[in-house]
Amino acid sequence: MSNASTTTLPRQTAGAAFMRAIKSFGLIRESWVGMFGACIIIFWCLVAIFAPLLAPNEPNATLVPYQRPFWWPGVEIAEGQPTFWLGTDHVGRDILSRIIYGSQTVLIYAPLATFCAYAVGILMGLAAGYYRGWVDDLLSRIGDIILSFPVLVLYVIIIATFGASPVNIVVAIIFASSPGIMRIVRGLVLDLRNRDYVAAAQTRGESSWRIMLIEILPNARGPLIVDACLRLGYVIITIGVLGFLGLGMPPPDPDWGGMVNETRQMALAFPHMTLFPCIAISSLILGFNLLADGLREISLRD
Amino acid sequence: MLVFILKRLGFMALTMVIVSVLLFLLLEIDVEGVAVMVLGPYSSDEQRELWLQQNGYFDPLWERYLDWLGRFVTGDFGESIRFKTPVAEILWPRLWNTAILGFWTFAVMIPLSLVLGILAGMKEGSKLDRTISVTSIITTSVPEFASAVILSTIFVFWWKLLPGTSSMSDGFSFKELILPVMVLVIYDFGYVARMTRASMAEVMTTHYIRTAVLKGLPYRKVILKHALRNALIAPFTVIMLQINWLLSGVIVVEFAFAYKGFGALLLEASLTSDIYMIEACAMVAVFVAVTTQTLADVGYTYLNPRIRFS
Repeated sequence: MSNASTTTLPRQTAGAAFMRAIKSFGLIRESWVGMFGACIIIFWCLVAIFAPLLAPNEPNATLVPYQRPFWWPGVEIAEGQPTFWLGTDHVGRDILSRIIYGSQTVLIYAPLATFCAYAVGILMGLAAGYYRGWVDDLLSRIGDIILSFPVLVLYVIIIATFGASPVNIVVAIIFASSPGIMRIVRGLVLDLRNRDYVAAAQTRGESSWRIMLIEILPNARGPLIVDACLRLGYVIITIGVLGFLGLGMPPPDPDWGGMVNETRQMALAFPHMTLFPCIAISSLILGFNLLADGLREISLRD
Repeated sequence: MLVFILKRLGFMALTMVIVSVLLFLLLEIDVEGVAVMVLGPYSSDEQRELWLQQNGYFDPLWERYLDWLGRFVTGDFGESIRFKTPVAEILWPRLWNTAILGFWTFAVMIPLSLVLGILAGMKEGSKLDRTISVTSIITTSVPEFASAVILSTIFVFWWKLLPGTSSMSDGFSFKELILPVMVLVIYDFGYVARMTRASMAEVMTTHYIRTAVLKGLPYRKVILKHALRNALIAPFTVIMLQINWLLSGVIVVEFAFAYKGFGALLLEASLTSDIYMIEACAMVAVFVAVTTQTLADVGYTYLNPRIRFS
């Protein structure tokens, strides 16, 4: 063991880090709530990846005679025709296939937006917490002002002014959520910047950004991972709500919030059109919130 | 204390000014765009030019901003393009409707979430605590539009108990208010309950509670006299800040139930590019949000004796 470790040191440490990551992920098993949440998320990820195989029909195609587009779930239209397990929507598209393909939309844009918001928020938070002084004052004030907006008011104004497109939605989410991330990171950095290993790195003469990114950031990861999970759930809500308000992803590609918006006029007569997308989005958000709760519980334990 | 309040008020005023500058720049820096919004896409170039000339849109930007701000502060929000009436005439009644909705939401949510939070926090880790925590996670995971759909399916479609829209077209009706309030309460109570639980759980671990229990006081008395007063300081702030969330929530709920409130107005204005209406609504929303944040800060400092007397 000692022989091997001296010769293949870099690979060993990488391998050890990988094993640690697996192990800390395995900790989820200790909380059945977090486990359940992880299962829901994995389920939807698999659905999104294998959407072309799973979906029984084309998501955007009208599949029934145009005289009578709406069909109830599970009703057989005619001999030899496919059964629509979740019914069809107002223009005769298969709701099940649309929900399956809609999971792709939400599972691409929500993590993307959250990741970008984290990149921006972490950089601002590191700068504010590490340099302090006027940098901190300026960034914190800007953050306070953005956060003083009711969130949805901010989204509605931004999207209505610049138009609804995937890019604008992602940019709006980055703009509105990075100040909150900045606040958390800043708080963590203010605590960590006085540690000995930071002082050691400063004495070694390493550059400030190297210290921030390599010495401080990895040690702040615990609370950030929990927050990222919660925020991911919240970003999914945001994308859904924007779709519901008619400010979301452009049609005709399926998007869960948009599906509710398109059919809500008929919801009181044919509730299945709105009900199933709502259940889909709620279950995915629940998955992230339960996972966050499980992770938080585990991090509090040790 | 006085210095602190003045400082908070100063910050509040500063925030409002900066927000107004940003909003003005966002919506009015492109004068041609303003003319298109006001006169419609089919107006001719000469018409737009003339209109811009008449309304002073060729003055320097800062002059226009000050002029706009002056009118705004005195309550002259301009004229709505869609309704062809002064913005204020539409805005205030709509805001009042939303206040009614918000009042009932809080009237239900606050007692519910405080009681659940205190029950859960009294004994951390108990079965009751786990049940309440998981329930609140589930309810906060269902977005407002989804719970609106699910509740309408149950109460309107299956049981036919409640009306599906809340436009209040034949005067105020309590029945039409039930679903919107229910949706807002379901989405919001979980967060306040969890905050109350955390605060209560923290208080229960303090020395003075241990002393009270050890000196033989009945458990009821320990909770009601010693724990509650300290445990309720933090939820006060959370509830005040919840008004900010409510302003987001009402947009969705009013749109979903066709309730004639402030949120639906803001959304309609944004979708129809009703520029002066957007400005007025956004400023009112930010004003309400910033005011409640200031009140929350000041109230927290006042309520917490450890800060008040230091």
